[in-house]
Amino acid sequence: MIRFENVGLRYGLGPEVLQDVSFSLAPGSFHFLVGASGAGKSSLLKLMYMALKPSRGLITLFGRDIATTSRHELPALRRRVGVVFQEFRLMRHLSAFDNVALPLRVAGTRNSEIQHNVEELLSWVGLRDHMASRPPTLSGGQQQRLAIARAVIARPKLLLADEPTGNVDDQMAMRLMHLFEELNKLGTTVVIATHNETLVKRLGHSTLRLDEGRLELRPGEAA
Amino acid sequence: MFTRRTDLQLERDSLGRFLPWLIAFMVYLSVLAFAGMLALDDIATRWDRGMSGSLTVQIAPAGGGGEKQVKAVLKVLNSTPGIATAKFLDQDKLMTLLEPWLGSDALGAELPLPRLVDVTLEDGANINIAALERRLMAVAPGAAVDDHGVWLEHLINLIQTVKALALAVLVFIVLATIATVIFATRTGLAIHHEAIEVLHLIGAQDSYIARQFASRALMLGLRGGIFGLLLALPTIWGIGTLARSLQAGLLPAFSLGPGHWAVLGGLPVVVALIAMISARLTVMRTLARML
Repeated sequence: MIRFENVGLRYGLGPEVLQDVSFSLAPGSFHFLVGASGAGKSSLLKLMYMALKPSRGLITLFGRDIATTSRHELPALRRRVGVVFQEFRLMRHLSAFDNVALPLRVAGTRNSEIQHNVEELLSWVGLRDHMASRPPTLSGGQQQRLAIARAVIARPKLLLADEPTGNVDDQMAMRLMHLFEELNKLGTTVVIATHNETLVKRLGHSTLRLDEGRLELRPGEAA
Repeated sequence: MFTRRTDLQLERDSLGRFLPWLIAFMVYLSVLAFAGMLALDDIATRWDRGMSGSLTVQIAPAGGGGEKQVKAVLKVLNSTPGIATAKFLDQDKLMTLLEPWLGSDALGAELPLPRLVDVTLEDGANINIAALERRLMAVAPGAAVDDHGVWLEHLINLIQTVKALALAVLVFIVLATIATVIFATRTGLAIHHEAIEVLHLIGAQDSYIARQFASRALMLGLRGGIFGLLLALPTIWGIGTLARSLQAGLLPAFSLGPGHWAVLGGLPVVVALIAMISARLTVMRTLARML
């Protein structure tokens, strides 16, 4: 699914924020990415969703070497990856419906199909009554659920989420985690960056732990 | 009018407010330049057609210029194939023609004036002017044939120069439009950089993003272009009216036919298409440099 070999990342001429990161995630696996603030979790996710290029090393996604993949081929790869951004990055001028529909529109899905799928998913994340609302009128938790809905609407093969439960209460956090687990059962590989150690322990999936730019992989163990 | 929902919030740009005005101004100028070109082209054609169908025979007073010579000249002209009519301009008519320049007082009988014969040629007639002049000089030594060629050539040259200038104005307008759209599009790309990155990350092709900028440029171009055309119409009408009121037989009428109006009506569409293509190419080129 995704493979990192001796990957290093530095911003400009600064020190390496990721050093010799090597791991491989199997299709259909579920992982938490943990580590202290500034440990490089977001940078690692950015490398995984191709928003950054590594300073060194090899990244292979869906069997393709990212470094040699042409710009024209990148969108097709990106459509197989769903991303929940830490700061949501929703389109402020679009309705909740249009925000969630965006990945489908970009992929050229038919309108009738978009209508059905988006409505169903918005109901699932509890936003059916807010379909016409724009993000600035929604609460932080509602925006987070909207961002999650946008990330999963196209049923990605790989789901990357950066602190997806940071703005919701425990009950909603568990509900969203169950959504991720449902997706995982359908074959989606899931990587969730989080500070919530309780959640990590409770769900017991394997853990990628970042410490000062170095990665350690630990098998999961449910509490 | 001419708006649609876009994934990028392009309609909120300040560019959306100034670009249609700028395009309206460009189209206004280009409609005037183009109308001028079409009208001049028409004038040149009509002059050429009108003048090439006529000749003037002049019999200098120094050569005698009496009635006898005039009759002989008319006889030669009437017997020449290709000449439809040959009409002698009598003294009264000649004086009327000269009055604006010399005044009525100066036109005494003592002023030596040439005798003029106005000759109309048959359609498509090809007269050998030099041979005709030799034959006329044989019967009237002071006779000279003027086919208006030199005068006409100067006028046509003048018109061609003005037409070339109008064309240059059009080219500059097109270049200025392209430069404006490129600038506006680049600014738009910078403003919406964040949203464009999100679109990329969820799998949008460059062409998907370019299409949004291109269709926006097309709509703004059409809106501005139609406004510019509407502004230009009263101006053209005003120039036409002014030309008609000034015209004292010297200038042919300034008028545009249905074909000309169709071309002018198409100018906003052409400018909008230029704006659309410029926007698309700018986005594609700029995004190609991004990750």
